[in-house]
Amino acid sequence: MSEKKTHRVLVAKPGLDGHDRGAKVVARALRDAGMEVIYLGLHQTPEQIVQAAVDEDVDVVGLSILSGAHMTVFPRVVEMLRERGAGDIKVVGGGIIPEEDIEALEALGVARLFTPGTPTSEIVDYIRSL
Amino acid sequence: MDEREYRAEKERWLRETYGEEGERDDHFVTVSSEQVEPLYGPGDISGLDYERDLGFPGEFPYTRGIRSNMYRGRLWTMRQFSGFGTARETNARYKFLLEHGQTGLSVAFDMPTIMGRDSDDPMAEGEVGRCGVAIDSVLDMQALFDGISLASITTSMTTNAPASILLAFYLVTGERQGASFDEMGGTIQNDILKEYIAQKSWIFPPRPSLRIITDIMRFCAAEVPRWNTISISGYHIREAGSTAAQELAFTLADGIAYVQAGVEAGLDVDEFAPRLSFFFNSHVDFFEEIGKYRAARRIWARVMKERFGAKKEESLLLRFHTQTAGCSLTAQQPENNIVRTAYEGLAAVLGGTQSLHTNSMDEVLALPSEKAAEIALRTQQIIGYETGVSNTIDPLAGSYFVEAMTDRMESECLACFDEIEAEGGVLEAIEKGYFQRRIADAAYRYQMEIERGERIIVGMNRFEHSDEAVDIELLKIDPALETEQVASVRRVRAERDQPAADDAMSELRRRAEGSDNLMPAIIECARAHLTQGEIVGVLKEVFGEYKERPIY
Repeated sequence: MSEKKTHRVLVAKPGLDGHDRGAKVVARALRDAGMEVIYLGLHQTPEQIVQAAVDEDVDVVGLSILSGAHMTVFPRVVEMLRERGAGDIKVVGGGIIPEEDIEALEALGVARLFTPGTPTSEIVDYIRSL
Repeated sequence: MDEREYRAEKERWLRETYGEEGERDDHFVTVSSEQVEPLYGPGDISGLDYERDLGFPGEFPYTRGIRSNMYRGRLWTMRQFSGFGTARETNARYKFLLEHGQTGLSVAFDMPTIMGRDSDDPMAEGEVGRCGVAIDSVLDMQALFDGISLASITTSMTTNAPASILLAFYLVTGERQGASFDEMGGTIQNDILKEYIAQKSWIFPPRPSLRIITDIMRFCAAEVPRWNTISISGYHIREAGSTAAQELAFTLADGIAYVQAGVEAGLDVDEFAPRLSFFFNSHVDFFEEIGKYRAARRIWARVMKERFGAKKEESLLLRFHTQTAGCSLTAQQPENNIVRTAYEGLAAVLGGTQSLHTNSMDEVLALPSEKAAEIALRTQQIIGYETGVSNTIDPLAGSYFVEAMTDRMESECLACFDEIEAEGGVLEAIEKGYFQRRIADAAYRYQMEIERGERIIVGMNRFEHSDEAVDIELLKIDPALETEQVASVRRVRAERDQPAADDAMSELRRRAEGSDNLMPAIIECARAHLTQGEIVGVLKEVFGEYKERPIY
């Protein structure tokens, strides 16, 4: 039997938005599913997020945004990871993100976006599938 | 039948009669995961003393309402929270709402304004005008209220860490319309403690933040007597995931901490307590919410009288605004949110709220469209004018269940007070992460109950549409507004009388470093067209910035 991979996931709240209920619930659900979670907390700049993702050598970066700044923040994190040679780190996210923006962000390289009402088990399954 | 006989009889009934039929589920709990019994009766409220625990409306301990005539005197204030884009767009929405019968204004600011940052701050990029209106200087505030007389309406402003600055912008706006400070009425949220606990929009550390708040209380008591200086808020605590009892307890504990801070700053409790008001959530569990509001009034009146020795009746009254629960709404089948909101609004009214915001059905997807905002306002007009619930005061009093729920809320709240006391008080409990941990635990438990299917959310984990597309129209914010606002704040800085601005700034710094009241200096800064970010910048240099230890 092959050993199961343990995923390392960085969870962060970029920007000024302080609504951290979702980020914390997801962080705990990932931890309870056996993943290694680094919870960076609030008010993180894309630079801080990318630096932490590289330093911590994570597999996945999970970002939560409810303030409407998703079109600015997500592409920047994806782009900065690529610039740092860490383009293999997958970026996923959650928040109040309209359908058309989801399509645009996925085209720009965001792996997957989860909208309100998504069970945490779906997020766990998705990350395990990576 | 005394209590013991009642208990025995209830046991017998449960065993012999009720037990025959069986139950459809193996547990019955509130939205806060509290057990509910199949039946309540006289023995469940046998300790209740009408005069001591309920009293008449407008009389101690105000369980039945803070006014003798309640909604027979006048209905609650219908106050819909709104703001988006620039001041110009929001001004048009305000005029629309006022024309449709709204009776007070409530300003939603964007994230940069909430965090005390100007629209051209690098951290503001992508956030300008997104979840509220962008206000950088008094000139934006003047545009926000263009054609709306500040002497004749009241306005609530959801601002906390930089509340003193937005209040100053508002007062100077009124002054430039020809209104005097004592003619203007309204509310600033100004509840920094719940920012550390739940909403997380802080700037300065707790102790200087409390100094700013006592400066505001002192200034307004003398100069702006109709201003509600703090709206002590449970709303965000609940939205962050707390239970109803935690919302109640944490909020009232914050209230007690502000009163204590005022008293310690040398203020007479009766001078500022009448201007404190509260802000609660109305979640979807109907009776639990009603019990919460009734218990809140009773606990507050007793605390103010017995612990702080307040003499004025107005100091004892827990006046509150309610907003229906954003966190109860679903992105799936969003029209169902109209129904949820109607029940939540009804609970707030049956609980005796002084003002109400009913959420729009689309708030889980975007800022409200004009259509959705109108339906939300109509929802509370229907409660007020059609359902008849406002014809008599506190109509649910005496219901065994409602009184038992009110008592339970009170005793859970008092138990929570003891826990906070054991942590060393509110400030220490914040520093130790007590509130944050309790809220995160409750939020996680709630989510897991949904995922295990123990908690049914219609349209989300039961009765779903398999292939759902949202077909309601959503409000979109034009990204060009950000560019426009950035240019506008730069123009304000370039065009003002700079020596006057420099003088105002150095006087502010002098006061911040000493102990003179900050408010007159902040008002001078507003008059001199300093921006919010500049004023916050001076205060940050003196007071420092708060950093949170992340807990999940």
